[in-house]
Amino acid sequence: MSSQLIFFMLAALSIISALFVVFSRSPIYSVLWLIVCFFSIAGHYVVLNAQFLAIVHIIVYAGAIMVLMLFTVMLLNLNKETEPHKTNLIKFAAIITGGMLMLVLLAAMRSTELTTYVAPERMETGFVQNVGMKLFTDFMLPFEMTSVLFIAAMIGAVVLAKKEKH
Amino acid sequence: MSILMFKGILVLVLFLVSLGIAAYSTYAERKIAAFLQDRIGPDRAGPFGLLQPIADGVKMFLKEEIIPTVSDKLLFILGPSMFMLTALMTSAVIPWGKPLEFGGVTYNLQVADINIGILYIMGVVSLGVYGIMIGGWASNNKFALLGAVRASSQMISYELAMGMSVIAVLLMTNGSLSLNAIVESQGTGKLYGFINVSGINWNVFYQPAAFIIFLVCAFAECNRTPFDLPEADSELIGGFHTEYSSMKLGLYLFAEYINMFISSTVIACLFFGGYNFPGIEYASTVLPANVVSLISVAALFGKIFFFIFFFMWVRWTLPRFRYDQLMRLGWQMLMPIAIINVLITGAVIIFFGN
Repeated sequence: MSSQLIFFMLAALSIISALFVVFSRSPIYSVLWLIVCFFSIAGHYVVLNAQFLAIVHIIVYAGAIMVLMLFTVMLLNLNKETEPHKTNLIKFAAIITGGMLMLVLLAAMRSTELTTYVAPERMETGFVQNVGMKLFTDFMLPFEMTSVLFIAAMIGAVVLAKKEKH
Repeated sequence: MSILMFKGILVLVLFLVSLGIAAYSTYAERKIAAFLQDRIGPDRAGPFGLLQPIADGVKMFLKEEIIPTVSDKLLFILGPSMFMLTALMTSAVIPWGKPLEFGGVTYNLQVADINIGILYIMGVVSLGVYGIMIGGWASNNKFALLGAVRASSQMISYELAMGMSVIAVLLMTNGSLSLNAIVESQGTGKLYGFINVSGINWNVFYQPAAFIIFLVCAFAECNRTPFDLPEADSELIGGFHTEYSSMKLGLYLFAEYINMFISSTVIACLFFGGYNFPGIEYASTVLPANVVSLISVAALFGKIFFFIFFFMWVRWTLPRFRYDQLMRLGWQMLMPIAIINVLITGAVIIFFGN
């Protein structure tokens, strides 16, 4: 019962913070609300006994990616005055694409059947040892493919950042 | 006494101890600086100047509180609060001593023995950068912003090498990430397999390279000299806290000392056996269990105080790095050494067993 209560509190926090990300006028506040949102999602992982996933989520998203995002937003110094005025055509296109995305989401939600929550068989399912064993046995190929992708991205970043010699 | 109540008391005690040690670190820092520079140091407030931290605290509280009119007020207040919050959060997963026993009930001297202890610490450390960035940006001052940018890029860069050096240690403790397990594994077994003294099977004897990398990274994470570029006063006035006054400045300075205390604790736990002390098994055969527990707490604090002293010693000995030197050290030296160290440790464990 108490875990259900925690779930509802976390879910409310996730949705409210996600709404604030969209509705904040200052981009800095958007970024900060997004960090709050990530924390509430990490809370969901903890409720589901996936401690490792929760902490990695915080380290990677809140600790590294959002820091860089905040970094960029702060240095760009985005103010309300300098915000470019959007034409009606762009607004119209945005409404149509957003509406189409909502249609897809609604259709997907209608066709899914609501399932009841099944508790994991063992408490330790989300522990780091078990996640590691799964990653290096059953999911070996996707795991290695992801690393190759990361290396490609890293090399690309280095090439882009390197000064060209004249 | 229920376990929950005991944990509550433990949290309160840890909070007070962290603040007390941070307060007296300021005093110790000034005394050590004075000693190294052949001065006397603070000696007016109380005997040997021992009331100096209290005088400083009162002064901080009574100073005028200035919030710049062009700043973002909410974020300006949020900055130091977040920095303090993250500094105090880390102590939750540290095992402070062997369990105490009263009336047949065992009380663990650790607030939360979670099985991702060391990752929790890395996570909280990586959040510490927000306090600095938000505060530096909200001040609306170019020096503060530059200090914040320096601080965050420095902390992100050194976190990686820090994590890599910890992996080598984790490989040796059968992959357990719990700090309790890491500390316990250093209290049993013989050092190098033949030196038969209990409680000194410390990781530093197996992983000296990881220890040095971790130490250097800890200095960088705490923004201490020789890596105190975020607040380099000759270049940036005061760095990210230029616009802060009164207790908000106090919170920033105070949190820095708490960070130093926690870094020393983590170093002691990962590499110097935590609460283990030489002869711990013999001591537990001749002394009551609770006495051994108290000695183990004292042993941990002895190690912590040594490292706090070391932090100060380095501060008054080494000059500051240049920014490009800092980045080169972090990325081109510490990082490759840490990765090679992980590979060698893994290879040794595979080919020679433990």
